[in-house]
Amino acid sequence: MNQSQSLTTVQMPLPTPFTGYHLATAYDEMFSPAAAARPAYAELYQRLLEMPAHMLEERQKAADTSFYHQGITFTVYSDDQGTERIFPYDLLPRIINAAEWDTLERGLIQRITALNLFLQDIYHDGRILNDGVVPRELVYSCKHYRRQMRGIQVPGGIYVSVVGTDLIRMPDGSFAVLEDNLRVPSGVSYMLANRSVMKQVFPRLFGSAGVRPIDHYGQSLLATLRALAPRHRPDPAIVLLTPGVFNSAYYEHAFLARQMGISLIEGRDLLVHDNVLYMRTTAGLQRVDVIYRRIDDDFIDPLHFRTDSTLGVPGLLNVYRAGNVALANSLGTGVADDKAIYAFVPAIIRYYLAEEPILHNVETYLCLDERQRKHVLANLDKLVVKAVGESGGYGMLIGPHSSAGEREKFRELIMADPRNYIAQPTIQLSTAPCFIDGRVVARHVDLRPYILYGEKVTIVPGGLTRVALKEGSLVVNSSQGGGSKDTWVLQE
Amino acid sequence: MLSRVADSLYWLSRYLERAEHTARLTDVQIHLMLDQSPAASAQRWGRVLTSLHMLPPRDEVYDARLLTNYITFDAANPNSIVSCITNARENARQLREHISSEMWEQINTLYLQVKTQRIDDIWETQPHAWFVAVKEGCHLFQGITDTTMNYNEGYQFIQAARYLERATSVAQLLNVHFETFNDENGLGFDFLEWIGLLKSCTAFEAYCKVYMADLRPDTIAEFLILNREFPHSIGFSVKRVQDALLEIGEDTQSRRARGVNRLAGRLAALVDYGQIDEIFAAGFQAFLNEMMRQCAQIHDAIFQAYVVYPVEREFSE
Repeated sequence: MNQSQSLTTVQMPLPTPFTGYHLATAYDEMFSPAAAARPAYAELYQRLLEMPAHMLEERQKAADTSFYHQGITFTVYSDDQGTERIFPYDLLPRIINAAEWDTLERGLIQRITALNLFLQDIYHDGRILNDGVVPRELVYSCKHYRRQMRGIQVPGGIYVSVVGTDLIRMPDGSFAVLEDNLRVPSGVSYMLANRSVMKQVFPRLFGSAGVRPIDHYGQSLLATLRALAPRHRPDPAIVLLTPGVFNSAYYEHAFLARQMGISLIEGRDLLVHDNVLYMRTTAGLQRVDVIYRRIDDDFIDPLHFRTDSTLGVPGLLNVYRAGNVALANSLGTGVADDKAIYAFVPAIIRYYLAEEPILHNVETYLCLDERQRKHVLANLDKLVVKAVGESGGYGMLIGPHSSAGEREKFRELIMADPRNYIAQPTIQLSTAPCFIDGRVVARHVDLRPYILYGEKVTIVPGGLTRVALKEGSLVVNSSQGGGSKDTWVLQE
Repeated sequence: MLSRVADSLYWLSRYLERAEHTARLTDVQIHLMLDQSPAASAQRWGRVLTSLHMLPPRDEVYDARLLTNYITFDAANPNSIVSCITNARENARQLREHISSEMWEQINTLYLQVKTQRIDDIWETQPHAWFVAVKEGCHLFQGITDTTMNYNEGYQFIQAARYLERATSVAQLLNVHFETFNDENGLGFDFLEWIGLLKSCTAFEAYCKVYMADLRPDTIAEFLILNREFPHSIGFSVKRVQDALLEIGEDTQSRRARGVNRLAGRLAALVDYGQIDEIFAAGFQAFLNEMMRQCAQIHDAIFQAYVVYPVEREFSE
């Protein structure tokens, strides 16, 4: 597709229920620019034309009720009203064909392999820093760099066992990486829950589409964790460490623990004695070998990190150093998903693997660099500005949707701490059909597949497609009014 | 099993049993009011509150609607039905991977159902239907537990807690009732009250099958305390507590189990070898108070053995 085509706005009168569907500059997942349904979506399109509107609404209701009763909720911090909310679920699937998935899979495996080598390197010899490929000061000034990790040999050399990479589709139809989440990525339970609800409400459509299954995620995750266990512990005790019931992702922690059949524990269940970690059970103290931790670095060990944390385990880092427990993910992995380091990932891939990156990066300006900063400050109304260490859509300025006051505030923030900010062009995320208020309309979406790094790197075919439910909005985060939908990867 | 999990399972179960018992007692009370004078009814409200270990609300006006609200919906009352269900659900929320999804969905559904209602939604039309819904919600949870949960240590903690709660509440109910209606107190035999007592334990039909509709204080006491087949009798309940604790001791192989099992066995023996005429002769109320004391002791012992044991001794061995 050439540039002039992708910029044409097509306003064809589409048939019901698509009458409100706008094809704009962004790539649309379902329709070609000439408003023809793409092959992967052909059957869904046909079904939607035939299906009476009330049937879709009934199915949406059935799906919502199912989420409500299962208690699939997340917590919103800024809202003192109800702290628990349902993550809005969109009825229509997002479909990825086999060829697209093949590229994504190869690209993600390549990227994670390189990022893991990067972490191993910067916490040991620092070859990449000595060779000047990544600026040393950028790594050492990173908020998530943990000097306590220097020289620690982590089990299997695996720093990132679980990754959730945020991908977007560019206007030309190719996928690009927007963010690597290498610390404690969340959302995988919604991927699984969305699928199970989808099978309930659209059994026939789902059955005939040839969708690759994702139900083995729990087993794959367990195998990934088991691969980290110390060799001399043949029957390792694997646990999931949660901050507790008040954490926004608690539902997910419990869900995953149940899927794997492992204990869901909190810091208060654990104690350290002679560099060995124990949990308090009804039968007495029991040794713990592997922790899938869903607590941030800062809170995991008050002896070494934030001393005011009551969520973690005092002395855990010592146990880790002694090789008596494995952590997934390791500590200090946030260095590699820092938004400024992100700009160097293509170079990191070339450096360690001597390969060209399969997945693109989004063009990124480092505010630390004077020339790039000038460009950013001159174009605040066109760019997206992000704080490097934030996630969840916090600390972000979307230039084209911002007020003069907001831009002024960010100008000051950038001047005060340029290391902390990067900017990217405002990208029109692709749009996908969503069922909202009785009509099928186009909304912007992204894609977060989940990558597991154990004996080898594996990716369950699918992911979480997040949706910006507000018309025209580009922010898909659940904390900012986003929803999600089931993601189908087709067999062929 | 994690100690914290045992703790949550225990309280989940106790709170739910308490909600069910409270719903049944209040339902019976509202039903009895229809046949009673306002004065008798006001006295009875006082006894209902005492049986439920609830302090009377501040103003002490024995207005049926206010009191029902206090017992059912009032979030400020830690033992109100809605408080109990909320607490049970909060414990269940922390146990999601230890209970089946069906169990969680049932308790969450029950919670959402009672949480959205107010006294005015039920008072004018059908308070009875609401109490039935709460009881059914609790029964459904128990049924789902029995058919979907592994009969493991966690299940036994649920059983121990449920029957310990049940034994305690039936003992307290008998205590309050006999204090007022024992012949010696001169109130005489109030047929309705004795039926009310049995119905408060779902025992009316079961009692009649054993003794026919022949209501006598001693046989009623015998049935509710010593019967080993009726699931709401104290005798049945303490036996279940003992069984569950033996299983837990077996599963954990904990050396601390012996102390708990001794206490549970002693309480079971009190019922096993008890005779109602002897109990009356030795002092009925004293007997009930002793049972409740032993129940509380077992509760403490469970926590000492399995939940809050000191770790220093673990390492010194």
